[in-house]
Parts: sequence; C-alpha cells; structure tokens
Amino acid sequence: MSFINYMAREINCKLVYYGPGLCGKTTNLQYIYERTNPEAKGKMISLATETERTLFFDFLPLSLGEIRGFKTRFHLYTVPGQVFYDASRKLILKGVDGVIFVADSQIERTEANLESVENLRTNLAEQGYSLDKLPYVVQYNKRDLPNVASVEELRGMLNPTNIPDFEAVARTGVGVFDTLKAVAKLVLTELKKNG
Amino acid sequence: MINPQMVMYEEEFNQIQTVVDRLVRDANAKVVFIVDKNGQLIAASGDIDNVDTTSLASLTAGNIAATGGMAKLLKENEFATQFHEGEKANIHIQLVGNRVILVVIFDSRSSLGLVRLRVKKASEELNLIFESLLKKVQEPGADSPFAEITDDDIDNLFND
Ligand SMILES: Nc1nc2c(ncn2[C@@H]2O[C@H](COP(=O)(O)OP(=O)(O)OP(=O)(O)O)[C@@H](O)[C@H]2O)c(=O)[nH]1
Ligand SMILES: [Mg+2]
Repeated sequence: MSFINYMAREINCKLVYYGPGLCGKTTNLQYIYERTNPEAKGKMISLATETERTLFFDFLPLSLGEIRGFKTRFHLYTVPGQVFYDASRKLILKGVDGVIFVADSQIERTEANLESVENLRTNLAEQGYSLDKLPYVVQYNKRDLPNVASVEELRGMLNPTNIPDFEAVARTGVGVFDTLKAVAKLVLTELKKNG
Repeated sequence: MINPQMVMYEEEFNQIQTVVDRLVRDANAKVVFIVDKNGQLIAASGDIDNVDTTSLASLTAGNIAATGGMAKLLKENEFATQFHEGEKANIHIQLVGNRVILVVIFDSRSSLGLVRLRVKKASEELNLIFESLLKKVQEPGADSPFAEITDDDIDNLFND
C-alpha cells in the first residue's frame, strides 16, 4: 500500500524481495546500499542470526528522484527465506506494492525455488492479494556458479506468464539495479493506473 | 486496489503535527512519532535530529506486526500497548485505531504514569483525525498526482 504525502510532497512504496533461503536477497540489498549515494539512502537494517541468515527482515530506504514535484521513496525489504520462518514472511508482505522473486539458479535448488513461489502465492492470497495482479519481477541469481539450470528451464518453471525477468550475480552486482528499476517502474505504472 | 491508499493532506497533517508537538511538551518526552502499520513515518516531533526516525519507524512497525502475530496465535486482540524500559531511554508504543502507531521516547525527566495519561488523550484525538482522513480518501474523485504522469516521466526517473 503506497503512501502519498501531499504535505511532504512524497510518495512511499514498499518492495519485498522474496525467495528461498540463501538465494541472495540480502546480498541484493547490500549491493544496492553500497552503490547508492549517501543522500539517496537511509541506514540499512538487518535483523539477522549470528550466522547472517535473515531472522525477520532487512530494510533499506531509498529515494529514486522526483516525478512532477513528488519525491519517490522506496522501502526495500527482504524476507527470511528459511522455510520455518513462514510467520515472519507473512508479516513482511503486509502492505506490499511490488515483489521481486529471487531464484537460486543452482540445479539443486530447483525444488526450493518452486516451493518458495508457491509459498509466496499462498501468503499473498491470505491477505487478499493475487501474485498475477501485483507488480512482480523475477531474478535468476547466482549465474556465476557452474551448476546452474539454463534460463529457459528456469523461466519455464518460475515465469510462465512472461513477466520481466533478469539474470543476476548479486555478489558482484550484475543485474541488481536492472531488477530494482523494473519493479519500481511497474509500481509507478500501477499507481498511475489507479490514480 | 485491495488496500485503501494511505494519503496525507496538508489539513490533517497540520492537525496531527499539533497533537504530537503538544504530546512532546505535555509528556516531557524526548521524541514522539507516528508510523503507519507498514512502517512509514507520518509525523515526528521533539529531538528528532538525534534519532534515525526512518529506521525506528520500520522497526516499530515490525515489532507491532510481530506482537500482532503472537496475539493472533493466542486468539487475543492486538496488544495495543507496549512499554520497553531501558537504562536511560524508555519507549512507549501505542496502537491507535488499529491503523497507526504512536511512539513516545522519554527519559527520567518524565514517568510512565504521565506518558500513559497523555498518550491516552492524544490517541483519542488522533483516532478522530485518522477517521476523517480515511473518509476523505475514500471519497470518489479524490485525485492522485499520479493519474497525470506519463510513461516518459517514469522512464526519465531511471535515465541517469
Ligand atoms: N556465487 C554467488 N554467491 C552469491 C550470489 N548472491 C549471493 N551469494 C551468496 O549466497 C549466500 C547467501 O546470500 P544471502 O543474500 O544472505 O541470502 P538470503 O536470500 O538473504 O538468505 P536468507 O536470509 O536465509 O533468506 C552468501 O554467502 C552470498 O554471498 C551470487 O550471485 N553468486
Ligand atoms: Mg537474507
């Protein structure tokens, strides 16, 4: 649920990075944080375990610039990917405006990817959202590893409806900003439609 | 859309700001702020240059979401009030009208009793303001600045 503030002349939107454990959601945010000018970002907050697995969420506030005199601000969140943190994932999805599904391209994570998309669909539906109506993009991450499925295979499994999708190596930043821009654009386009 | 759009207009903003400004004084608080349940900061007052209100807003909403989740498991209504006592700073969190969160940060110059009392009154006022805001937002013809934007405007945002 975006928040339009006429007083501050800004619009706030919430984006959520979803995907199986260790697929690289937190790494996406870390890269964005490192590569963004200080005046365009706030502090990045990570509620993580001692082994750096996301426990509740990561949070990064970003400003993307102005549209017609309104500042566009995006709040980026990641969910904890580990299966047993499902209750927390549901909470993070509340009020979401756009979703990035980060898939782990490694062949052995095929099952985990499929389970995670299904889980996303279920958790959104519980709150009355439909994944097919929400601004949504897919990122095939870890393309640098040797044992990865082909993009065609991944697309067949994870993107049957042909939404924008991107290959990425989050660790080095490949595809990270392309993914972010694509979903931000979809969110703004949706606002325009509903406006 | 599933969720009614959260919107803030100048008139209501000024009313809300008046309430939080007064609460800072009446409760002898360091900082008072209001966050929506999704973690977006709505208004703040007091010594706000020395705290990261954006981060606090997101964490407060996460906290309320988590305790709300616990409440649900216990078949309880939301826990509307929370209090955390630190060595120097204390934090009082109050859910207002199940929609926004009122946070008061205070130290030994104030007391929990005083904060509770002032928060109660402020909550009632805020509740009324947010109710009328919600009505206004749901009126047909409430215009959005985004109805007018073009695809080019959106593209331009990403062209640098
Ligand atoms: N080789 C390679 N490693 C990556 C890539 N992206 C992330 N990683 C690594 O994968 C591991 C897990 O990354 P995280 O970003 O913490 O994963 P996550 O999705 O946030 O995991 P959870 O918090 O448990 O849900 C880290 O060691 C990252 O450095 C990538 O593109 N290539
Ligand atoms: Mg993580």
